[in-house]
Amino acid sequence: MRSILERLANGDILVADGAIGTMLMSAGLPSGACPERMNLERPELLESIARRYLEAGADVIQTNTFGASPLKLAHFSLEGKMKEINAAAVRAVRKIVREKAYSYASCGPSGRLLKPHGDVEPDAVYESFRQQAEVLVNEGVDMVCVETMTDLIEAVLAVKAFKSVAPDLPVAACMTFDSTPRGFFTVMGVTPARGAVELAKAGAEIIGSNCGYGIDHMIAVAQEFRKHTSLPLIIQPNAGLPQMQGGALIFPETPEFMAGRCHQLIECDVGIIGGCCGTTPDHIAAVRKAVDDFVVSRQR
Amino acid sequence: MEILRQLSESLKKGEAERAAELTRAAIDGGLSPRAILDEGLIAGMTAVGEEFKAHEIFLPDVLLAARAMYAGMDLLKPLLIKEGIPTMGKAVLGTVQGDLHDIGKNLVGIMLKGAGFEVIDLGKDVAPAMFIEAALREKADVIGMSALLTTTMSVMKQVVELAKERGFYGKIRIIVGGAPLTDAYAREIGADAYCYDAMKAVDCVKGFVGGQ
Repeated sequence: MRSILERLANGDILVADGAIGTMLMSAGLPSGACPERMNLERPELLESIARRYLEAGADVIQTNTFGASPLKLAHFSLEGKMKEINAAAVRAVRKIVREKAYSYASCGPSGRLLKPHGDVEPDAVYESFRQQAEVLVNEGVDMVCVETMTDLIEAVLAVKAFKSVAPDLPVAACMTFDSTPRGFFTVMGVTPARGAVELAKAGAEIIGSNCGYGIDHMIAVAQEFRKHTSLPLIIQPNAGLPQMQGGALIFPETPEFMAGRCHQLIECDVGIIGGCCGTTPDHIAAVRKAVDDFVVSRQR
Repeated sequence: MEILRQLSESLKKGEAERAAELTRAAIDGGLSPRAILDEGLIAGMTAVGEEFKAHEIFLPDVLLAARAMYAGMDLLKPLLIKEGIPTMGKAVLGTVQGDLHDIGKNLVGIMLKGAGFEVIDLGKDVAPAMFIEAALREKADVIGMSALLTTTMSVMKQVVELAKERGFYGKIRIIVGGAPLTDAYAREIGADAYCYDAMKAVDCVKGFVGGQ
């Protein structure tokens, strides 16, 4: 199988998977529980989610390791199980995808604020990511996605931690932006322009954004990124912000809605399109079709 | 008063040591605790809040400003208590059960304190009954709940229901906030207000306290 970076350099558009967390919730993950605990308790559930995304046509399928860095797991007193949790997540995905798709490891924020704004030393954050990286890399993922980052310093530490363990493993780095009248900023005040420069400098080969406020927001973020980087972009929108309907949470953006706007992502040369909170295998199947249709129309 | 303007300025710059020095100097200079609070600390945090609201400064700046405010407040508080100067009101805050994200809740706490309110911070992962007990025990004016996760926001409804059961729904007002929330959600669960940011929370609480 050719590497992800070769495919992107060739101009291929890859489809990533959708949400894992909200899929686990609809499978019965209790409110407020640690989603990564499921890797140990119900690996068959993770396999079934990976299988559904594979069948929906995803080229890249993610491990359930978003909150599996030791610092984050410590919120649930699970840091002692860090190795098992990360290893089980990679095995569940690799067992399903084999050579049919790429596996990519999710790496989310530590959940702590770095000094001087918070109480944790940058070195401790780096070490936490490095430990998680060692397990994920040893288990054999094809790519890493550092995601939902709002603090650029933390994002850079995560990218560097993975690069220190596996210099040749592709690293994608995604930040999450708010839309303000003054432009896009993360909660910590980072712009796409600054993110693009610093994350590339740290070693990320792919840059982008995940979560956010739905696909229209993400199209605007992608356009902004494109002004400041020539690197491949990865974009993973939410299915909009959740709404309460009749006591149940629903995400408003349908597969058709998302698919109908995919061409705008492709037009600003996004290389990997996936989904975040609220997206399902149906969303990914619709995105797959939209991407394939676009490629066919382009070849004509 | 020049020293109070400097104190207010030190908050905007996030200079905690300077804020403490200036507060000490103002106290030693015989300025009234009320003036130091209003024209120094509250004025400084109000300016910080305005810039934050306008997206001119961001979370890191606010956190440093808060640290400077606390440095001054620690020196001033004993005097405010001694002189019997009342606070603007009292709010009980927490991140709901199962949710460990407290940045938003902390911001609301900072801005409320910065506006002269007393804040009882219950922390994160707070059980519904804890909100109720703390609000009654502290004779709070407002309960503020935060959730970042779609998996935890439904806990807020339980607190509203408990408030109804205990008979103080509508008396102690309930405000909610957090990334996945909306105005419609707040209405559906029966909260008094949805606050999309920390400054909005201050406005809401001021409105509730003023209206009582």
